[in-house]
Amino acid sequence: MERYWSVRDAKTWLMLLLVVLMALPATVLAQSADARREAFQAMPGTTPEFWRDAVEGVSGRTQSNSPGADTLIMVEGERWREIRNQWISPGGAIALGGSLLAITLFYLLVGQVKLENPRTGKKIERWTRWDRTIHWYVAVLFIILGVTGLSILYAKWFLMPILPTSVWAAWMTAAKNIHNYLGPLFAIGVLAMILKWLKHNFFNMTDLKWFLKGGGIVGKAHPSAGYLNGGEKVWYWVIVTVGLTVVVSGLVLDFPNFGQSRETMQLFLIIHAVASLILMAAAFGHIYIGTLGTEGAFEGMKTGYVDESWAKQHHDLWYDAVKKKTGS
Amino acid sequence: MARMKFLCDSERCIECNGCVTACKNANETEWGIQRRRVVTLDDGEVGKEVSISVACMHCSDAPCMAVCPTDCFYPTEDGLILHNKDACIGCGYCLYACPFGAPQFPKQGAFGARGKMDKCTFCAGGPESDPVLEEQKYGANRLREGKLPLCAEMCSTKALLAGDAQQVADIFRERVVYRGHRNSAWGSVEHEAAESEQLAQQAADLAYDATQSV
Repeated sequence: MERYWSVRDAKTWLMLLLVVLMALPATVLAQSADARREAFQAMPGTTPEFWRDAVEGVSGRTQSNSPGADTLIMVEGERWREIRNQWISPGGAIALGGSLLAITLFYLLVGQVKLENPRTGKKIERWTRWDRTIHWYVAVLFIILGVTGLSILYAKWFLMPILPTSVWAAWMTAAKNIHNYLGPLFAIGVLAMILKWLKHNFFNMTDLKWFLKGGGIVGKAHPSAGYLNGGEKVWYWVIVTVGLTVVVSGLVLDFPNFGQSRETMQLFLIIHAVASLILMAAAFGHIYIGTLGTEGAFEGMKTGYVDESWAKQHHDLWYDAVKKKTGS
Repeated sequence: MARMKFLCDSERCIECNGCVTACKNANETEWGIQRRRVVTLDDGEVGKEVSISVACMHCSDAPCMAVCPTDCFYPTEDGLILHNKDACIGCGYCLYACPFGAPQFPKQGAFGARGKMDKCTFCAGGPESDPVLEEQKYGANRLREGKLPLCAEMCSTKALLAGDAQQVADIFRERVVYRGHRNSAWGSVEHEAAESEQLAQQAADLAYDATQSV
């Protein structure tokens, strides 16, 4: 159920991720030791001045036209490797695994939120055809991009050992191309979704009370909610902030034809990976609440209509407003 | 087992780009791909200018290999880092991790279309059993013929050395010992006598370091 969203699950996974995020700057270590060692061995007979310049990444002149070719040693490379391999890979696995674990525990301990009153059989329209089209357009692309993106980050650890090289290569080539070509289409969907649902998502006093009651966890009474409850609004703003971060960083990475420097690409690869992993971990919660977690919620996004007893239970203020409008 | 390494003697490199040309010719690389390049620091400043020829360093702990999403890199018995172009997806990660800018891509297209990564193979070809296909994809396999990389073989001042790390370092050390004098034959940078000795000692230490990579 949406009202359980904010406190338990969201907090657990977001806290975990925050810990990972805050630890990132700590990894800015003097990690250029290996590059220095390699270079030391390969170009030894040089003056100390030269060395100082080279290991600081000073640029010179070269006949090569490759981007960044005039830099002898790009010291940022090793830091990027360190952040990606030592922090993002394990951090993402912890975040995604932790999210799944938290949801499983929540399901086992609390179980599905049932309808308190039997279905009335009367339906109210909750999501229009447009709403549902945008939602499922974004959802399908999100899953495809998630699977292909996770392949690029993790598949070499579990898929590569069990696949023949040709199949492995074909899958990874497909994953990269699918990811890169569908990404911009996802961007359009996210943008449309944000614009379409903006008007429902401004916080008000009802949401504050909803949060104070922990979305229904604290105390017995159901906190009131309008068309969207506080938890749903939080998810909306997560998509606005984190989702747009994923989209914008992805677009920077997707078009190297504009000649971004290696350092720019490193930065955006980190941003893209961290933001996507946060979004995926949060999306697990959203998917659970919208399907298994809440009786009667999924049919809203499937058919567009929800049962009146569901509406009354979860979104009483909206239910009242609809009733008033239709005058029944 | 040999541990193959390049060594570029900056006191000798005259930025003729002969190594670059030799590499391009030996490997017949695609248009726009330059596996080796010469970088000149402090270009045009008398007494300070230093040139170095760079390509893949075949690192002992290779960053490209560590970040490759398809794990297409592999170390050979000679300590070279080669890669399988069939498994390369052109994501560019190796280029972002490599400190030396060794990985090259034929394209920089929209939607991350880069083509297959290409880099120095130490003239050791690649993972392809058919020699014709191997040459097409990876360039020359001179090592199989008992030859060293063409860039080093053709270096006019023998600044660029290639081969077993131990032997290469020995050659370099010997050079350092003989040229450790002011205005000696190969020295491009003039130093004070005292500084010269100090530099010679430093270089000898570095040469010793180079042998420790085996």
